[in-house]
Amino acid sequence: MNAVYILWKRELLRYFRSRARLAGSLGQPLLFLVALGFGLGPVFQKAGQGNYFEFLAPGVVSMGILFTGIFAGIQVIWDRQFGFLKETLVAPVTRFEIVLGKTLGGATVAFLQGLIVLILTLLIGVKVHSWTLFPFALVAMFLIAVFFTALGITIASLFEDMQGFQLVMNFVVQPTFFLSGALFPLTGLPNFLKIITEVDPLTYGVDAVRGALINQGHFPLSTDIGVMFILSIVVLVIGSYLFSKVEV
Amino acid sequence: MDKIIEVKNLIKKFKDFKAVDDVTFEVEKGDIFAFLGPNGAGKTTTIKMLTTLLKPTAGEILLDNINVIKHPENARKNFGIVFQDQSLDDELTALENMEFHAVLYGVGKNLREKRIEELLNYVELWDRRKSLVKTFSGGMKRRLEIARGLLHHPKILFLDEPTSGLDPQTRNYIWDYIAKLNKKEDITVFFTTHYIEEAEKYSKTIAIMDHGKIIAKESPQKLKEQTKTDSLEAAFLALTGNNIRDEDANGIDQLRNHRKMWRGH
Repeated sequence: MNAVYILWKRELLRYFRSRARLAGSLGQPLLFLVALGFGLGPVFQKAGQGNYFEFLAPGVVSMGILFTGIFAGIQVIWDRQFGFLKETLVAPVTRFEIVLGKTLGGATVAFLQGLIVLILTLLIGVKVHSWTLFPFALVAMFLIAVFFTALGITIASLFEDMQGFQLVMNFVVQPTFFLSGALFPLTGLPNFLKIITEVDPLTYGVDAVRGALINQGHFPLSTDIGVMFILSIVVLVIGSYLFSKVEV
Repeated sequence: MDKIIEVKNLIKKFKDFKAVDDVTFEVEKGDIFAFLGPNGAGKTTTIKMLTTLLKPTAGEILLDNINVIKHPENARKNFGIVFQDQSLDDELTALENMEFHAVLYGVGKNLREKRIEELLNYVELWDRRKSLVKTFSGGMKRRLEIARGLLHHPKILFLDEPTSGLDPQTRNYIWDYIAKLNKKEDITVFFTTHYIEEAEKYSKTIAIMDHGKIIAKESPQKLKEQTKTDSLEAAFLALTGNNIRDEDANGIDQLRNHRKMWRGH
């Protein structure tokens, strides 16, 4: 377990050291909040759907976590290119411990990033529906972080270098975000989109945060959290397997 | 004498190219074993297979009687390695890099603190322990890398061109430490180098690899006698010829090739 701890610690040290990364990854969520939250708010209201800014906030929080998590995971490719991965791979620790440590480290970073966005939305005016449910929002955020960091590591195990990164961003990360329920309500969707949203893992993450935070969940909170939990375990197992095949 | 490394019929193919071609050899416990050969002879590929980083196409490797291919986790407990190219985390300090390694290798807290201070002092980086590695010069990084490799006193220490890029003073200095470690703790040292005089001065056994095969394995003295030469360098050249070798593309070259491919020219 010491190995898991030191791998976790490394991610945090690197995160707090890189203020540019910290600030940079807040830009996109804030842009979405301002442009969409305030821009589309009036239309949303007229359509009888209520406060769009509040509706959007959990989506944007999840977005921050998604991008930071995937990126943290995919950094394994940098480790490989800069040689540090070898140092980890010859150590007498199991591959599962390595994946677990890296995942928890990256997930903590992604979670903190999401927390900052969440606090900002609360400051701007999102009202917490119930403080008893609030901790579940944090649990959901952490699960989103774990799932996508582990997914990032899994993807990184399949690539030799950063060439494929753009591919992953455009065909995995962006669709995952835009086709979840982060930006729009899940009711009354065309059938094909409904199906897509239902197989998108982020849908359940966003829905859990939304349910716990402003009580506007589409699925029951237990379903959301259950799905995210199981998916996190599954991707961790697959990630560890693929990672154990990595040669340098 | 006990055998600590046993390699039997080891083969590694990359597509059609045989990088390591049916190699068999043994290393005795407590030896300082120099593994020499021209560029591209297959030395690093062999070391990577010995240290579980690469799976052989065929063959068997035993480190201290543990089958490396079947039980990589157990085998890893027995050795330490200093890589040919950089493997430090640039964004961490020297001290953090050392701590990371020590924890990963299960060196207890008290011993860890003592050894880190001793080793960083030895490679004269103690004053810079809190600086980020990215601010270090090439030589300083190399010294840190070696200090880190010596942290956990393994049974076998693999050194893949450990002293390349270091000045003669530092090289001698580091070799004295390694020789002492070999004597005091009976650590087997397995190293590659392009500085033939290093091998002559410090090794007890020399193996020469060329074109994926081991073509000689003797003590430095015997090797000179066999080839009727008066220096190890002359013996080396007598055995491997005078042609300059092509080396396979390294990571950066491969990256350039990828880029070319994606751009379509």
